[in-house]
Amino acid sequence: MGDEKQMTDSPIDKVAQATPAPLARRIRGLSDRAIAWIFVAPSIFLLLAINIFPLIWTVHLSFTNFRANRPNRDVEWIGLRNYERILSDSDVWNTMQATAHFLIWTIVLQVLIGFALAYLINKKFKGNDLWTTIIVLPMMLSPAVVGNFWTFLYQPQIGLFNYVIGFLTGADPSSFSMIGDVNLAPWAIVIADTWMWTPFVMLICLAGLRSIPDSIYEAAECDRASKWRQFWTITVPMVLPFLMLAVLFRGIENFKMFDLVVQLTGGGPGAITELTSINLKREAFEKWRTGYSSAYAVILFVTVFGLASIYVKALNKVKER
Amino acid sequence: MKKNYFMTAAAGALCAFGFAGAATTQVQAADLTLCWAAWDPANALVELSKDFEAKSGHNMSFEFVPWPNFADRMLNELNSGGRLCDLMIGDSQWIGAGAESGHYIKLNDFFDANNITMDDFIPATVTGYSEWPKNTPNYWALPAFGDVVGWTYRRDWFERPELQAEFMEKHGRKLDVPNSLEELKDIAQFFQGRDIDGTTVYGAAIYTERGSEGITMGVTNSLYNYGFLYENPDKPYDLEGFVNSDGAIAGLAYYKDLYDTGTPPGSSNWYMGENIDAYKSGQVALQMNFAFIWPGVEADPNVGGGKSGYFPNPAGPAGQYAQLGGQGISVVAYSEKQDAALEYIKWFAQPEIQAKWWELGGYSALKAVVEDPGFASSQPYAQTFLDSMAIVKDFWAEPAYAELLLAMQARVHNYVIAGEGTAKEALDGLVEDWTETFEDEGKL
Repeated sequence: MGDEKQMTDSPIDKVAQATPAPLARRIRGLSDRAIAWIFVAPSIFLLLAINIFPLIWTVHLSFTNFRANRPNRDVEWIGLRNYERILSDSDVWNTMQATAHFLIWTIVLQVLIGFALAYLINKKFKGNDLWTTIIVLPMMLSPAVVGNFWTFLYQPQIGLFNYVIGFLTGADPSSFSMIGDVNLAPWAIVIADTWMWTPFVMLICLAGLRSIPDSIYEAAECDRASKWRQFWTITVPMVLPFLMLAVLFRGIENFKMFDLVVQLTGGGPGAITELTSINLKREAFEKWRTGYSSAYAVILFVTVFGLASIYVKALNKVKER
Repeated sequence: MKKNYFMTAAAGALCAFGFAGAATTQVQAADLTLCWAAWDPANALVELSKDFEAKSGHNMSFEFVPWPNFADRMLNELNSGGRLCDLMIGDSQWIGAGAESGHYIKLNDFFDANNITMDDFIPATVTGYSEWPKNTPNYWALPAFGDVVGWTYRRDWFERPELQAEFMEKHGRKLDVPNSLEELKDIAQFFQGRDIDGTTVYGAAIYTERGSEGITMGVTNSLYNYGFLYENPDKPYDLEGFVNSDGAIAGLAYYKDLYDTGTPPGSSNWYMGENIDAYKSGQVALQMNFAFIWPGVEADPNVGGGKSGYFPNPAGPAGQYAQLGGQGISVVAYSEKQDAALEYIKWFAQPEIQAKWWELGGYSALKAVVEDPGFASSQPYAQTFLDSMAIVKDFWAEPAYAELLLAMQARVHNYVIAGEGTAKEALDGLVEDWTETFEDEGKL
């Protein structure tokens, strides 16, 4: 009776009243935990179907000689042979080197330039919003489009990049080819990626800079701390968690970089810009070595997961300071 | 009442017949999808196929994919047993996988029943596009589009008296179509960096593309002519000493030298499209490309109308060969409309359709078309096409062709474009890669 007294005309109560008595009894009989499971179950099912099962299946395939383009061929269990072949393959190590070069230099440049831009944009000046919009434009483009138009910028005969370098250094613009030269191509992809993703780092740094209360700087001013000292003892430590977050995002993104580099260099010249993701795609979907490429994917997954876990722990320690 | 019953029955019968008729029409008129690469000949085929639609009542749809993604997209489709394509004009190298993995249906019985004989087609196209295993009468495709790598040159530049005189003085011979690969390199070097009408031009646009098959389709034109063989002619899959013979090493070194000294700067990842662009925009005096581009060159306002000439891949020390291109048309085994698809092939094989195919810009492989007395003079490039088709060789068509191709792409690009190692090291490495592939395949 007490319950009935509390009933109102709200929509929820109307739905409750309209629920058939047997169903209502069943629901009323469920515990909170059971109801929670009902809500969570679809997500868990999808997670298992889309993420966990393929992961387990990939691990299983990595111990076989399965090829997806030969469904009729016998599949043999070959133990750790795929892993041995990958880890002893000099081509794989070359792609790892190319990836490390790309990863390290893009992160270094993007953090330095991104932070510097954020620092400048954080100062109040006329046209601040307009410049912010202009700077963030590149990251709104598709990587494939960016790769494509940088191939034009790098054209020795008509490319703007070569023209500018020629103008600044006096060199003949057609005397060097950014994407055709073994020494320059790794830098060509670093430059294009830096151009595209520095704004992303800048935005994160900007959020960090704007989160620092003015009162801290005012207190430092009262203590007669110089600008340089304020920068190193207030700005940098307080922006550091944001910067580290940006490094984590860019690190994970660039470890799996594919589209921009494929459009720009196709992995060449030779295999000098063939990053692990491109190499893995070739093994899996061009050579159709499914077992081998599954092992390759597992190795990469463990590497990224391991490094990211260590990094996140470091990030949490910095935040706790 | 009787009249009403009669009328109702008649109406019912009419409806029943009507529906039955509609149903019958639906069964007979199929919507066929033909899959091919997105390029000029595909547009010509769309035009040609209107005749088939009118005659058969079937509707044709087309799925065209740009060349760089063509193999990826279509092989994924076949490997996954997809039903997108009823007809596939697949690359010649896919024929082994198409046959052994059951992607294509075998056409021998169909050919026999419809009096289609492979003797009516250019032999090289039958071997290249239709047979698996090679040189056996097992047919999985009808030769659809004959193609071959050849050369296009700026005839108007070659004919300039001042250039003629300078070339004669330098090389002691006329500036003309080269008789050998060495002569071709001389010409490319002659034009490299030259000022023509106030513009700096370069020698030759050659295939250097890394991602799909480009550099392999280019380098083989020098490898073959210097003595490269895919395997021991007497012992299949015996590679050592054939793939990396002294001649093959010289052929690879030749291609690198041509790239280093006679091609435009920045042409490190060029294939068909880039070569066409460079040639039509007046950047180069010569271009290596498949014959399919020639109708487009002739029609181009900048370089067509007699300004360009055509010649087959020149000879080398070991003979004169050219890389085969082109494709056959197959019926996809996963199609639910195989009868209609076979009907298309039967229609396409007719001599009058093949003649129209050539008129529209498609390269027919039917002897009745190419051996017609008027064929050689029908287009400025027709004779070059015939000469080129007589000297073709093709890449592996094994089921593992993709793996073999990617290994060659990497080894050749590493040496020719990136300049890593020597020609011998590149080909020795290729022997290792290919041997490993054939071991995995159980062929060794």
